[in-house]
Amino acid sequence: MEHVFMSELDELMKVFGESGGDNSILVREDIAHFFASGNKILSTRPTQGLEIKAEETATGIAARVRVLEGTIIRNPIHLCFGILHKKGTQEIRMDIKFETGASAHFIAHCIFPKAKKVRHIMDAVVDIGENARMTYSEVHYHGPYGGIEVIPKAVVKVGKNGRYLADFSLITGMVGKLGIDYTIEVGENAVAELIARVFGHGDDEISIKERVVLEGENSKGLIKTRVALEDRAEAEVTGITEGNAAGARGHVDCMEIVKDNAVAKAIPIVNVTHPLAKVTHEAAIGSVDKRQLETLMAHGLTPEEAVDVIIKGILK
Amino acid sequence: MRPRRREVNFSAREKVTIREVNDIDNGIIKTKKLHMKRSQSEMPLLEIKDITYRVKEKEIFSGLSLEIGSKEVHAILGKNGTGKSTLAYLVMGCESYIPTSGVILFEGKIINDLKIHERAQLGITLAWQEPVRLEGISVRDYLTLKKKEIDPSLYLEMVGLSPELYLTRMMDKSLSGGERKRIELASIVALEPKLAILDEPDSGIDMLSIQDIINVINVLKKNGAAVLLITHREEIGKIADRASQICDGKIICSGDPEKVAQYYKSRKCEVCIDGACVYV
Repeated sequence: MEHVFMSELDELMKVFGESGGDNSILVREDIAHFFASGNKILSTRPTQGLEIKAEETATGIAARVRVLEGTIIRNPIHLCFGILHKKGTQEIRMDIKFETGASAHFIAHCIFPKAKKVRHIMDAVVDIGENARMTYSEVHYHGPYGGIEVIPKAVVKVGKNGRYLADFSLITGMVGKLGIDYTIEVGENAVAELIARVFGHGDDEISIKERVVLEGENSKGLIKTRVALEDRAEAEVTGITEGNAAGARGHVDCMEIVKDNAVAKAIPIVNVTHPLAKVTHEAAIGSVDKRQLETLMAHGLTPEEAVDVIIKGILK
Repeated sequence: MRPRRREVNFSAREKVTIREVNDIDNGIIKTKKLHMKRSQSEMPLLEIKDITYRVKEKEIFSGLSLEIGSKEVHAILGKNGTGKSTLAYLVMGCESYIPTSGVILFEGKIINDLKIHERAQLGITLAWQEPVRLEGISVRDYLTLKKKEIDPSLYLEMVGLSPELYLTRMMDKSLSGGERKRIELASIVALEPKLAILDEPDSGIDMLSIQDIINVINVLKKNGAAVLLITHREEIGKIADRASQICDGKIICSGDPEKVAQYYKSRKCEVCIDGACVYV
């Protein structure tokens, strides 16, 4: 059943296209989508093996998503959440379940082009069943004002042999205030990879807290964070990995580049409770690496061009 | 006796250089007096004139002079710690590598105050001994950083790497040291420099692939570049047109690469046998 609310959808799609999105996904019948602005559901298209039951709440959307047993969805499923006005609140509550052997890639486009006083809250509970695989990419497009608060929170459980790959990207526009809080529990032979890329400017405040609990034997976890900061932006990155089972392997990798008067802080925490588990961490904070800079300058790039190439590279 | 160099203006387009150089004769360094009359078109591409370079109290170079001609492959020999890489960084203009005294000229212009990218824009480039890794930058991006129009495949093939396998690879930790080194050499050729400084291009590359490096140097030369070649490998040094031995902060001899290499290996230099340098 297709549900369409055209005028606001047109506006959302316009910004979606301008931010690099492919507008054709709205009309393609082989691509599932779910688009919402504020607390209005604008358009949905399910696909075989995917159930989305969503309702509008007073402040946002509540959605129950199921990828049914054994279903492998080849094309990415596009979610688009946004507030097109200067002010507003959007609370997204997601209950996602991947049944045994299911596989799908969700791409969430979060669009706030005019935000001056906007609050976007994402609260997700995700259950990935045995042998299931979920890839979740969240791409933010913010306007130039920085008047936005983004609070993504997720509790994810990855079952035996499951895979959870998440990629959060906020590199266009001002960040505003960002407060990521993810906890992932990883079961036997399962894998969780969390990647976050954020570019802070002006007076942006960034807080990223990601916790991976390696609960099952031979479970694996990676927390990779890349943050670039300029002006007076501030960031605090906390990467926690717990190794609680034999053969568990985890790694925390944080890199933050600071320019101007920006301030960066990294807190890698490793906690191992099983003698056969192993967790490693690395954190690098500082200005742009001098050798990288000089290498690019020896190729004829100006210092400004070289810094741009390095920052775009780490945020790619 | 320390050789001196005196230059006399002859005309606007010509000058005569009366130069005393150390050459090797029957395994012994002898100072010879050369009268050189050259037009501007024959001026050295790179002239390092009497430079001193001091770090805190330690004098790394004390009156080092060196000339490299256009399209000349010039090998630098010397023990570890004699300042071969420092010389490379001084010519490239790396941060904090500024001569305490003396001048570096490129195509007749003093470049002491130029930044790295300004020197690169004049046609100087450097392949570091240990090239850096760069996250999120593909091999294709790297080879076309400055020249978008080139076909990067040609340059990868030149260094023995398959474009199909490598163009989309990232320039990060996933590349081995040898792979990264080859890509760096490919990028240097792609830049079409006038002067390529290769700091130990053979380190980290397996013995069987030494020919690839020799090919790169030959291509650079064919494309009109001069090469300042820092190497420990004799087979690579042999392809140079000239060689110089650096010791105790100076060039102690220059000339035929094989003769300089023989002299270097013979360790006849007094410094190498814990004596005072006879050159001073």
